[in-house]
Amino acid sequence: MTAAIDDSAAKPPNATGTARTTSISASIQQPADPPGLWVTATTYAGRTIRQFVRTPQLLIVNAVTSTMFLLIFRFVFGGAIQTGEVEYVNFLIPALAAVSGLFAGGAVGVAQDLESGLFDRLRSLPIPRPAVLLGRSMADTALNSWGTLVTLIVGFIVGFRVNGGFLAALAAFGLCILFSASFTWLMIFLGLVSGSAQAAQGMSFSVFPLIFVSSAYVPVESMPGWLQPIAENQPVTAMVGAVRALVLGGDTEALLGHSTTWFVVRSLLWSALLLVVFASLSARRFARL
Amino acid sequence: MSPIPPLPDAPRGARSSAGALTIEAVGLRKHYGEVHALAGLDLVAPAGQVTAVLGPNGAGKTTFVKAVATLLKPDAGSLTVAGIDAIARPDLVRRVIGLAGQNAAVEPALTGRENLVMVARLFGHGSSAARSAAQVVLDEIGLSDDADRPVKGYSGGMRRRLDLGASLVGAPKVLLLDEPTTGLDPRTRIELWESIRSLVRGGTDVLLTTQYLEEADQLADHVVIIDHGRVIATGTPTELKTRAGLDVVEVRVRHASDLPAIAEVLAPLGTEPPHLDAPGRRAAIPVQDGTKALTEAVRIIGERGIALDDIGLRRPTLDEVFLTLTGAPS
Repeated sequence: MTAAIDDSAAKPPNATGTARTTSISASIQQPADPPGLWVTATTYAGRTIRQFVRTPQLLIVNAVTSTMFLLIFRFVFGGAIQTGEVEYVNFLIPALAAVSGLFAGGAVGVAQDLESGLFDRLRSLPIPRPAVLLGRSMADTALNSWGTLVTLIVGFIVGFRVNGGFLAALAAFGLCILFSASFTWLMIFLGLVSGSAQAAQGMSFSVFPLIFVSSAYVPVESMPGWLQPIAENQPVTAMVGAVRALVLGGDTEALLGHSTTWFVVRSLLWSALLLVVFASLSARRFARL
Repeated sequence: MSPIPPLPDAPRGARSSAGALTIEAVGLRKHYGEVHALAGLDLVAPAGQVTAVLGPNGAGKTTFVKAVATLLKPDAGSLTVAGIDAIARPDLVRRVIGLAGQNAAVEPALTGRENLVMVARLFGHGSSAARSAAQVVLDEIGLSDDADRPVKGYSGGMRRRLDLGASLVGAPKVLLLDEPTTGLDPRTRIELWESIRSLVRGGTDVLLTTQYLEEADQLADHVVIIDHGRVIATGTPTELKTRAGLDVVEVRVRHASDLPAIAEVLAPLGTEPPHLDAPGRRAAIPVQDGTKALTEAVRIIGERGIALDDIGLRRPTLDEVFLTLTGAPS
């Protein structure tokens, strides 16, 4: 049922005036061009990094979680895990450094921006939309690098040593950053589909099988036969293998079963796959929130 | 002003001749599963005016604003914003709109100024232009003194003002305010109304959604009442209130059996037949002159000796406006 009043001729008695001037539209020039990909990404990344830095709890929780896992595995489980000729601390630390991006819980920050309405505002602006997610990935990668750094420092304190030389160690660190960058896209996707920060927190745990059913904490050979192919052929094992091979140096073929190049190439392929799949899924999702 | 008879089934597009339109929606539809958030919405927002979209929760207000803000794509229908086809060219619409949402989408860890500069950059301002735009807006919304404090120390009202400011740093032609004062206490709400009023004193066209009749009355030149994804009435606030009755006389009888007698007493006083609530033993009727109608009702009821629990005068609720305008509960 529809009722309408034709008011086209009627002037409302409380009209806020006709010839109005505003200081806003007079003082602010409308921008000539919308912002590009880079400006958008760095603006949002800059805001997100400031948020991290000014919320010390975030940085502390991140560092404490990394350290806690490290110490538990190094001193509690480590003694019971057989890693052949490689010392367990040297087996463990490269793995933790490689997967720090999966522990950081970047999904929660994404879900918070979704819940707060910030994403609605951003999507109403004349920006290239995927650039927001790129900015998020950049900021989260920076935060993850902090986790990686903490892991390495604590690792050195508890006995971790690099045998592969300075360049190999640098390459290993670079790979850790790259892996964490590709994992940020998985986390961004989880954050976008979760709908709330609380759900995102829960969904972050869904990556735990990825972390634990891998060569990160225990050698794959120690798992039951049916589990081994799964553990062997997944991104975390590939990435951990590459970082381990680089920092262990020496005869990795004898120590780990394959050459360093084999590990590195395989991990780069997995990284690229994760990045392409989850970046495109996230961009689609962001456009249709 | 006398009530103007309704014009049901006005031909589509007939109003385009009435002048420039900021927003024109024709047959807009959007459904989520079985829920039809927009069920063929026809709505026009005239240029140079504040248009309020009034309706209860779930009426489709937010869905409509999201469609105008290009946050979602309607399933069917056409939508023009500032002369731009919003469905074909959402990218161009985003250059002329500013959106302030139900949630104050400001970052608590940043200062007020940093929040505004960020949004200004994302509107396309260079970094110095973004800083000066932020300063202009800070002065305008009265937050200059608090500009360099983190937003987490702001009150709820200050956050809303900042959110409003963020929608203005790009000097938008069309300002979209989705329930700008929902959840604010009465004093803060009045302050925010002041801010909105002073901000829209310029050439910016405003579309705002609200659940509050009073808010539409305070801010809007043109009110569109929607329910179940459809427009059920449009007009100036005065016109709508005239039709809905300015006040409501409500009576609660001691004995439910007296209700028909009360209805008979009230009927000649109101703009339409009284609404009866038998289980609550209540009768309510919209009236034009509240004091006169109430005095008259008390006199007649006294003469007839009907026992009452309560009798009083109050403003019509949104439900009653719906009831009056549609003949059906919202």
